[in-house]
Amino acid sequence: MTRLLAERAALGLLTLLAVSALLFFGTNLLPGDVASALLGQEATPEALHNIRVALGLDQPAWLRYLHWLGGALHGDFGTSLTSARSVGAQVLPRLGNTLVLAALAALVSVPLAVGLGLLSAMREGGILDRLISMLSLVTISVPEFFVGYVLTLVFAVQLGWLPSLAVMHGGMGFGERLAAIALPVATLVIVVLAHMLRMTRSALLSVMSAPYIEMAFLKGLPRSTVVLRHALPNAAAPIIAVVALNLGYLVVGVVVVEAVFVYPGAGQLMVDAVSKRDLPVVQACGLVFAATYVGLNTMADMLAIIVNPRLRRPR
Amino acid sequence: MALQSPKSGHVTSVGGLDRRRFLEGAVLVGGVATAGGALAALTGCTVPDDTPAGPGGALRLGMAGGSTSDVLDPRTFLDWVPINIGYQLMNGLVEIDGEGTARPELLEDWESPAVTEWIFKVRRDVLFHNGKSLDADDVIYSINLHRGDTRSPTKAVLENVLEVRKLDASRIKITLAAGDADLPATLSDYRLLVVPDGFTDWANPIGTGGYRLENFEPGVRCITRKAGQYWKPNAAHVEAIEIIVINDPVARVNALISGQVDVINRIDGRTANLMKRNARFQVVRSQTGQYAVLAMNCESDPYRNNDIRLALKYAIDRANIVKTVLNGYGTVGNDQPIPPGNRYFDASLAPHAYDPDRARFYLKKAGVERLSVTLQASEAAFSGALDVGVLFQAAAARAGIALEVRREPADGYWTNVYQKAPFCASYSDGRTTVEGALSKAYRSTSSTNDTNWRRPAFDQLANQARAETDPARRRELYGACQQMIAEDGGALIPMFMDHIEAGSQRVKGWRPSAIFDMMGQRLGEKVWLQS
Repeated sequence: MTRLLAERAALGLLTLLAVSALLFFGTNLLPGDVASALLGQEATPEALHNIRVALGLDQPAWLRYLHWLGGALHGDFGTSLTSARSVGAQVLPRLGNTLVLAALAALVSVPLAVGLGLLSAMREGGILDRLISMLSLVTISVPEFFVGYVLTLVFAVQLGWLPSLAVMHGGMGFGERLAAIALPVATLVIVVLAHMLRMTRSALLSVMSAPYIEMAFLKGLPRSTVVLRHALPNAAAPIIAVVALNLGYLVVGVVVVEAVFVYPGAGQLMVDAVSKRDLPVVQACGLVFAATYVGLNTMADMLAIIVNPRLRRPR
Repeated sequence: MALQSPKSGHVTSVGGLDRRRFLEGAVLVGGVATAGGALAALTGCTVPDDTPAGPGGALRLGMAGGSTSDVLDPRTFLDWVPINIGYQLMNGLVEIDGEGTARPELLEDWESPAVTEWIFKVRRDVLFHNGKSLDADDVIYSINLHRGDTRSPTKAVLENVLEVRKLDASRIKITLAAGDADLPATLSDYRLLVVPDGFTDWANPIGTGGYRLENFEPGVRCITRKAGQYWKPNAAHVEAIEIIVINDPVARVNALISGQVDVINRIDGRTANLMKRNARFQVVRSQTGQYAVLAMNCESDPYRNNDIRLALKYAIDRANIVKTVLNGYGTVGNDQPIPPGNRYFDASLAPHAYDPDRARFYLKKAGVERLSVTLQASEAAFSGALDVGVLFQAAAARAGIALEVRREPADGYWTNVYQKAPFCASYSDGRTTVEGALSKAYRSTSSTNDTNWRRPAFDQLANQARAETDPARRRELYGACQQMIAEDGGALIPMFMDHIEAGSQRVKGWRPSAIFDMMGQRLGEKVWLQS
């Protein structure tokens, strides 16, 4: 099993390296460069040339890639082309905000989704199951910005209970922070809940039709014991995979929610950087996002190996 | 030579508009509210002469136009949030008042002993936040940041400046290559902010402004606090100013309604009409000469032929576009950049009204049976550009012109489409001076001449007008400039677009801007909060 786990980890690292190369050369393929994006309507050939030379954009791409990769391994992502500030100092606080938001959303949504999925599976066909199915279908079919706007309209504009902006800053107390972040967290929970919930339910139900489950029932075990003790361990792999996928999404895919609630997360930073062609910031964000995604999925794979008795001892 | 001093009441700028006429027009458009209510909402105060109730309070601005890449170096200013912060911390050389007139700021007086020479007096009783007192060296350093080897786009504005020389501690002399009777207004450029001589620490700008930087998170928020005594009378009323960057328009409106900010910028006409119905809010509308332009490249076919350009100019229904796309918050344009209301606007110029028959006539004259053209547009050009394209398409079809509207991605629009496509959408901010508007896109030498319309005769005319000090003669010359652009130019200017901002009724002293929005981005030091 150790070997299997090591293989997974190595594969993850390799993926990350490939992603870093893709990221670097891909961003260099973007039409227009930082010089023209910086100047916008006011670009003149002379000003463009000055900026390009000043930023070292006249060097070959592969050389810049090696420099960048070497720096990134030491945690040095260079300096931002547009603001001349250190990229690390820009990305870190934003990433922190994103992780807080993602962690809170995960803390609420994962237990809720798995719990409701279990409940649904245990009461298959019952009123509760149908209700949960219907609600999750509704939430999965509306786009996230719409969920965000509706929540703002109800809780911030009409009722006035919660702030509509989730701007975070140093001087805020814990309670204030919690109130500010409540609506974006609620939005994210609604958005990711259904996916995990339905996956839990269907993974469980597909295992439930296996002969060994029938055997368990024939032994006279109650449905809840059968689901929890016998079905869940074998259904865990797909559930863990979908949870990891959604956790990844919570970190890297929430830029729309950030925009709606003006939450200073890493997604907004990356979008700003892309529109200004600030490649060091784009690359740093991209690499951090890739690392999160690859890391979470690798961890999910490893976890699935550990919890599944059959994968644990491969023949 | 004529002595031009603001004290003698000579008006050195032209971007203004007749306030009375503007308000009347505005009331007519704001038909939803009662006339009185609309008037109050538009001027932002119920009693015209109300005075600050007392200092204090924190003013919160929810603004679009900020990004994580913002820096407080004036040479890099391109969008409204850093510019607004700049005016809180620092002062300009010259201020444009609500009527569009150049007023003294850190330059307290000026005169022009010869056509190409200007002498400015530097205000001496002013202290920087670090205790240094302002003198001519600081002003010269701050101007020269934008001259010579610099990234500042304001370099183009100062191209005409040959030399900035210190006469003594309180006087500087500016020598020009060609005469410019509007130099003071030109010096009101928002990047020309004054810092101490030799200053380079742009992370924490030291200025003479009413506020001191407390906390700046680019693209998120900025807090400034009152910097003690402010030299400007009747200004800097609030204790602190907070800018929260809200680029999403819906989030901006929600933040205002839920009371998290006091003022928001950039709302559209539909939202403005909704806000006006709620007595808690005021809507401030400014006509600043900001215009939309559909630029035809005069050096590429078929736009090379002026008959084709004229056919297109008559094939667009401008009045309908102002009504539908802008909800009435704008004015019909007639293919030249000077807005009605400007004191140099030539009212005798025939408007290019929608006339399919006339368009057909010009097509025939050009020897074209059916014209097919492609307009490249994006929301990046101006908000509503695609709607304008679609309305243009429908109107042009009736004149026998097949207009295809190609939607371009907003990302990279200014690099990939602007000045490259033969026919594309763009915009321009209003300018303080007619010269500013003309030199931006219509002089042969302009790097942002987006229509490639180059006429030496026009350049000569514009030079002549710029140096002319007799107002009547000047108006005549500028009228001729407008005529040339409208009848021959490649710019199809369908409309002038108003700036609309909204805020809580608590905010007092708020007036429409003559230039840009939010009182020329100086709202922070001008308004006060009613408790």
